[in-house]
Amino acid sequence: MTLSEAELTVILLSLKVAIWCVAISILPALFMGWLLARRDFYGKTLLNVFIHLPLVMPPVVVGYFLLVTLGKRGVIGSWLFDTFNISLIFNWKGVVVATSVMAFPLMVRAIRHAIEAIDQNLEVAALTLGKPPYYVFLTITLPLILPGILAGATLGFARALGEFGATITFVSNIPGQTQTLPLAIYSLLQVPGSGDAVLKLVILSILLAFAAIALSEWLAHRALKRTGMRAG
Amino acid sequence: MMKIDIHKSFGKFRLDATFEAAAGLTAIFGPSGSGKTSIAKVLAGLETPDTGRIEIDDHILFDSQHGINIPVHQRNIGFVFQEHRLFPHYSVRGNLRYGATRNNARQKSITIDFIIDLFGLGKLLDRQPISLSLGEQQRVAIGRALMSGPDVLIMDEPLSSLDLHRKQDILPLIEKLKTELGLTIIYISHSLSEITQLADNLVLLDNGQIKGAGPIAKLQNRLDLLPFAGGHDAGTIVDAQVVAHDIRYYMSELETTAGEFLIPGCQYEIGRSIRIRIRARDVALALTEPEHLSILNKFKGKVIDHRSGESGTEELLIDVGFPLSARITRKSYEQMNIQPGSDIWVLIKAVTINATETEVQYL
Repeated sequence: MTLSEAELTVILLSLKVAIWCVAISILPALFMGWLLARRDFYGKTLLNVFIHLPLVMPPVVVGYFLLVTLGKRGVIGSWLFDTFNISLIFNWKGVVVATSVMAFPLMVRAIRHAIEAIDQNLEVAALTLGKPPYYVFLTITLPLILPGILAGATLGFARALGEFGATITFVSNIPGQTQTLPLAIYSLLQVPGSGDAVLKLVILSILLAFAAIALSEWLAHRALKRTGMRAG
Repeated sequence: MMKIDIHKSFGKFRLDATFEAAAGLTAIFGPSGSGKTSIAKVLAGLETPDTGRIEIDDHILFDSQHGINIPVHQRNIGFVFQEHRLFPHYSVRGNLRYGATRNNARQKSITIDFIIDLFGLGKLLDRQPISLSLGEQQRVAIGRALMSGPDVLIMDEPLSSLDLHRKQDILPLIEKLKTELGLTIIYISHSLSEITQLADNLVLLDNGQIKGAGPIAKLQNRLDLLPFAGGHDAGTIVDAQVVAHDIRYYMSELETTAGEFLIPGCQYEIGRSIRIRIRARDVALALTEPEHLSILNKFKGKVIDHRSGESGTEELLIDVGFPLSARITRKSYEQMNIQPGSDIWVLIKAVTINATETEVQYL
């Protein structure tokens, strides 16, 4: 299977977006997962609902909100442009923002469940051995929730690859700029007689998804093997 | 020396504990729900008391008046939990080393080699905790707590998850900790046999209140404390030394402050210091010296004190060379017309006696 330049552009852009999406979301998701799993504070339920909104709202609606807030005339968007000369509209950075908003709740959920599942007694034991809380988090909590973090990253990566509604609403469908795999498939479907090209991209999407899951499973397996715990 | 004065309310339950723990092993004993584990948690800093003060060797860990509350990881108190709590993602070696970087004077005398040797962990070092037996896991957990070089080691029912056989493996190790390392250990337990073997000092706790505290030899014969100190199985702990073995009958002759004492078995070497426990309900009394009896241990004594027990029993304290608790029915007590000061013969069946090895040296 050979790829045309246009197809290669689409795939590379999709991968770039998905990797950036996971890269910028994973630490905030880790913090949010920890916050929701471990801390009680005023407004926790509200925050939880807010984070989960992109999961339950129509993606187009999420895209619309991004447009009115982060667009050039949006409250945050105009400030970003005036202050840092950053524009998210009609370029790949905007795609990263759209996919990140959509992927974030999935990542938070996976990490939160992993944190809730570990035995907090182990952290208490580490404290009694004279280790400060930050060290306990790095040496006990983090290694034990690593499979959960990997699962969150995989879900986020896959979501970023497949995101359609919020992306097309927020940053439109511009080849080479914002056109990721699902957007390219959608465009091709509008052109009569492009069945083979569509099939090719569909197969590529499936392969990428498989590769992401296989990689994550392999990493999680390695992490679990060290602890002698069984997966699941 | 650890000085403890803590007060805390948990809803309707109130914990008031004021006592001192010197070098050696101080056992906190009481029924479940009496607040033993709460005391342990408060000392380690895992729970905060409402008011009070905790200090180790003039180093203040908690003082509600002055707003001092040293966090858990700076208290230098080791903790051995009921469940081993080993880190599943580290090997045995990794678990031992985890605690090793706390810097203080005691730390330097406790090396990983010393711990490996003391607890027989050499063959387990590269194993993961999940592949160890319960007894091995608890040995690693105790070793790990020691590696952090604690000023005080708290052990919260460390043997409760083990079967009798494994307990007998670990008890002598705990004994060694106080004799060889000179550690101050606070040992939480509801097992009288563990305390019998290990404790130097005893704190009796019931419903959040301390009913008595002091050296074990003094506390055990306070009749008013009997219901808290073991109830049905209450008894007297006696220090003894093995002086001879009777090979023909497979028995040991012990020397006690009451005189010669016979127990079945020859498992302890001659010259060895052991502790025996005589349950109050295993003691029989007679007004005149009985003869032609199967009971081998016979002592003449004097009644010191008595107290009516529950459901038709009488608790007696009898001086036979050491103060001995005895429990008989109220019917026998009245028929024999026993009074404080009465002379009395005390009979103890050899086969009822519980003996444990001890390395405690009484000077």
